[in-house]
Amino acid sequence: MEYVSLLMVFAVAAGVAGALMGIPLLIAPKRTSPAKQAPFECGKDPVAVAEGRFAIKFSTIAIFFIIFDIELLFVWPWATIYRTLGWFGFVEMMVFLGVLMLGFLYIWKKRGLEWE
Amino acid sequence: MLPLISFRAIAPGMALAATACLLLLLDLLPTRGRKDHLAVVGLAGVVLSMILSLGLWGSDERAFNGMVRLDGFALFFNLVIGFATGLVLLLSIDYLRRQGMESGEFYILVLFSAVGMTLMAGAGDLIVIFLGLEVMSLSLYVLAGWFEGRLEAGEASMKYFLLGAFASGFFLYGIALIFGATGSTNLDRIAVAVAGGAARDPLLIIGFGLLVAGFGFKISSVPFHMWTADVYQGAPTSVTALIATGSKAAAFAALLRVLLSALRTVQPDWAVLFWGLAVLSMTAGNVVALAQQNIKRMLAYSSIAHAGYILVGVVAGGALGGGGVLFYLLVYTFTTAGAFGVILLLERDGREAVAVSDLAGLATRHPVLALTFSVFLLSLVGIPPTAGFVGKFYLFGAAVRTGYVWLAVIGVVNSAIAAYYYLRLIVFMYMREPEGSPTVLVPSLPAGLALAVALWGVVQLGVLPAPFLDLAQAAVIPLLR
Repeated sequence: MEYVSLLMVFAVAAGVAGALMGIPLLIAPKRTSPAKQAPFECGKDPVAVAEGRFAIKFSTIAIFFIIFDIELLFVWPWATIYRTLGWFGFVEMMVFLGVLMLGFLYIWKKRGLEWE
Repeated sequence: MLPLISFRAIAPGMALAATACLLLLLDLLPTRGRKDHLAVVGLAGVVLSMILSLGLWGSDERAFNGMVRLDGFALFFNLVIGFATGLVLLLSIDYLRRQGMESGEFYILVLFSAVGMTLMAGAGDLIVIFLGLEVMSLSLYVLAGWFEGRLEAGEASMKYFLLGAFASGFFLYGIALIFGATGSTNLDRIAVAVAGGAARDPLLIIGFGLLVAGFGFKISSVPFHMWTADVYQGAPTSVTALIATGSKAAAFAALLRVLLSALRTVQPDWAVLFWGLAVLSMTAGNVVALAQQNIKRMLAYSSIAHAGYILVGVVAGGALGGGGVLFYLLVYTFTTAGAFGVILLLERDGREAVAVSDLAGLATRHPVLALTFSVFLLSLVGIPPTAGFVGKFYLFGAAVRTGYVWLAVIGVVNSAIAAYYYLRLIVFMYMREPEGSPTVLVPSLPAGLALAVALWGVVQLGVLPAPFLDLAQAAVIPLLR
């Protein structure tokens, strides 16, 4: 019985995903073009040779992504036991977020977020 | 339930980390282009960290579920690391500007690498050692290639990074196997498991071997030394000093803690292994150094040889050997930072003077600098009354008293070989006439201050070593309980 709620989550997820896929299939107008038919890959050509070159800027962006990625990794479990931790946990998390924001500010001011 | 959190235990490291974060902010403020103030603030952070270490002297606690230890051992190394970082900051100020590579990030990275070093020195868990190792190394990889655009800088950074990443992989795999054999990464619990019979487990032996490969890379012991000469040559001279002193001291700190507190019951087994590493490092380092024409490469091989001397103390173990290692690392920090500091002040034809022949006739034009350099070189040879003699005396003395007489004999023979290439530099300075354009000294007040501190250290530890040796031996005691 205790897993019913989990099943409900699965059911809702399947329902939403199914609706998103299914309803347009039934009612949306179909005007295709080669670009629309191609597999979606972030606006890049989906077929390329493995040794192709790409801008080094992508790797810096990937590193910046980690700032927010790691942040969530710690904030999530913290939020679930927030009440047990009390003020101490709050201050600790603010210190952690402060250090992260410091890194963010540094990237920003050093023009790390500008593509050109 | 929250683990016990003790900010006391990580206070020296936190002071450094907070200073580094402050520097990140200060670096963003618009300035007149000079970054000297960042170095000064950084230096203040280092001094604060050392004062905190002194204030905490005498405490012996475990914090964060045994992940971090606050004991004399960690505090002693905090002081060594503080001296190394402070000297490097002072040496870098004018040097970077002269090379046209002045930037706030340099000082920030130096401080972050120092944070990693203090973490390694106070680690009570293999995972924390690894964490400290990575914090330290990642900063040093960037610093090694600071002179971007120069071929040798790229080579240094690339080699250091690739081989360092490889060594980290070995290290981590070793931790995994040790965890498999003993059920814990905590040094105390590993000690219990090893005493309880896990020592015969092949998993533990293989894991320990991999761990030694990781440590061997960081202390640049033969056969894990291949990167040393190229990295020392290509990195900015002040960064070379940091790699040779701070990172080596931190790696020895973690190695000693693992050996003495987790694996003490099986000392005869690992002593054989380190006996071999010590002899290989001393001999190979000294013999190859004889052939070097570049002073930075020569000092690189000399640092490999010194890793060998320090390993003699590791083999001897106990309070005697461990105390000898700690004392020698302090001596080595002053001596090596001083030697690199002298080289970094010399220029010839607008380029760094790093060839042995560049030193010709230095004594007539810059007698004070030549004399200072001679003192550092004599300390590296181990001639009384310099600190190097006392350090080597304690290391080899510990080996003799614990029954490793042959190891001490090989060490003394090696010191005699090493005398040749150190004294050759002195001969060049005092007895050779310069050819071509003269080597000039580029005056720098902060670097002069750093050299004065280093010189004080070498003389003080050489003339009055007893109080410092007592401290070093007392610092090892917590590991032996």
